[in-house]
Amino acid sequence: MPFEMSRAAFVVALLAASPAFATDAFVSNEKGNTISVIDVESMMLKTTIPVGQRPRGLAVSSDGKTVYVALGDADQIAAIDTKSLSVSDTFDAGRDPERIETSPDGKTLYVTNEDSNTLTFFNLETKERLGGARLGVEPEGLAVSPDGKTVVATTETTNMAHFVDAERRKILANVLVDARPRMAAFTPDGKEVWVSAEIGGSISIIDAQTRKIVERIRFEVPGLRAENVQPVGINISHDGTLAFVSLGPANRMAVVDVKSRKVLKYLLVGQRVWHAAFTPDDKFLLTANGISNDVSVIDVGALKVVKSIQVGESPWELVIPGPAKP
Amino acid sequence: MTLAAYAICLKGIIWREGLRFLHQRERFVSALVRPLVWLFIFAAGFRQVLGISIIPPYETYILYEVYITPGLLAMIQLFNGMQSSLSMVYDREMGNMRVLLLSPFPRWFLLFGKLIAGTLVSVSQCYAYLLIAWLWDIEAPPLGYLTVLPAFFLVGLMLGALGMLLSSLIKQLENFAGVMNFVIFPMFFASSALYPLWRVKEGSPWVYYICQINPFTHAVELIRFALYTQFNPLAFAVVFGCTLVFMLGAIVAYDPSRGLMTLRGAPGAAA
Repeated sequence: MPFEMSRAAFVVALLAASPAFATDAFVSNEKGNTISVIDVESMMLKTTIPVGQRPRGLAVSSDGKTVYVALGDADQIAAIDTKSLSVSDTFDAGRDPERIETSPDGKTLYVTNEDSNTLTFFNLETKERLGGARLGVEPEGLAVSPDGKTVVATTETTNMAHFVDAERRKILANVLVDARPRMAAFTPDGKEVWVSAEIGGSISIIDAQTRKIVERIRFEVPGLRAENVQPVGINISHDGTLAFVSLGPANRMAVVDVKSRKVLKYLLVGQRVWHAAFTPDDKFLLTANGISNDVSVIDVGALKVVKSIQVGESPWELVIPGPAKP
Repeated sequence: MTLAAYAICLKGIIWREGLRFLHQRERFVSALVRPLVWLFIFAAGFRQVLGISIIPPYETYILYEVYITPGLLAMIQLFNGMQSSLSMVYDREMGNMRVLLLSPFPRWFLLFGKLIAGTLVSVSQCYAYLLIAWLWDIEAPPLGYLTVLPAFFLVGLMLGALGMLLSSLIKQLENFAGVMNFVIFPMFFASSALYPLWRVKEGSPWVYYICQINPFTHAVELIRFALYTQFNPLAFAVVFGCTLVFMLGAIVAYDPSRGLMTLRGAPGAAA
């Protein structure tokens, strides 16, 4: 009996010592044709995975076991196993896939094809193309509503946010936003869609129900010319209180209070920051800086940049798989 | 003489320096205004000019005002060191110096006491500056405010000793402008206070080498690393070595039997 007890205690100690979920951040290096893997615990580069030509968009499977990579020049999607950290599968994705997202149920992959002006739907189990929706010119930004019913895609040249029915794959509405919309994001409650405009220098907040713009946020970094302030990435914290907007060549992240729409702070990160991702606990936000080839780590509680980590050439997007969604 | 007597003497010197400092409120204000002007006006203009590169001890990108803060702290100490040398010239002209040097304590101790007193004043100015910088959103790690203290002390001693050595060379108060021209400005500008050295090297390798042998560069780097809870061995070695050399130099210079003062003629007689 005492032997049993001590063995049980040993197992408990072991479990306590090893983290329940090892978190890694995956960064797509557009020009390096690789994925850099950062250990989030130590904030150090762990390994580099070679993938095909021009990796940009990234998405995580709903069980957190796979990271999908859109390979723009290879016209393919690569699947990376988050445990073995190697490419486990590739499949064709239509012409020039740029950004990708998974549906909340994990069954469908949405792809914006920049060259062919479509939003393509893939069955993730069979890797088959289910169909597509014709969009405006140069689709890029992609967001899926928390209930999985609506997909929002933005088109850079048409300056629109297209609301697409996820099941029927039909356009429900087109909302005209400011020039060159790059990214869309739902608030966690699903009530609003935020759309960034790179040239317009703004964020348009769209009511997800009425599909009308309810508010616009503009950015002004002291000492910087307005044309250098180019909002691209939008990351809203899981609790829905803070939004971090990447300002591209302004080398800064704007911190926005979601409720009051006020910009609280501008944080200096690396050069040409586009996309970013929160750690699953929302404690840190990691940004991919395309020109300085590094990832900056923001302490979300303190609103401070604590570190920058060198990664591959031209980091584009970044995802951090969390534990499996219930 | 007992240790207690030494302590009383040291306290007296520090007290006098402290009183002098408190009674010259303008001096405290001006000691703070100078670096703050640099911070608020100079740094604001240069915000976008400086290229971005991560250099130790920084772990990420920083704004220019964060970069020049250690340089401005060292600047406070540089001016303070020169100011105390100015006050020594004044004391010599007014005769107060004779009273001090007539004391039965060894001369090195009296000079060292004066050095400590001046350093304490400059350390308090540095912390006042750090407080204002903190309000301006220039923050170091919390522990850094403690680890920078020994660095402040050593740099204060080095620059104070340098000022003391210089004061033995200056015959009259009016010559102080020369110190400004030939010591403060070159030391401050040819250092890592305003620009990282890699940037200076891009412009001119010669200036880079001059910056490298400038002890003030190492004073700035010692403070910079200490403020971010890191230790820079090279900077420490240079600052520590220079402190010893300047201090010995000052003690020799103030020795009436063989010092520079006798060689150059007594202060009163010189006029």
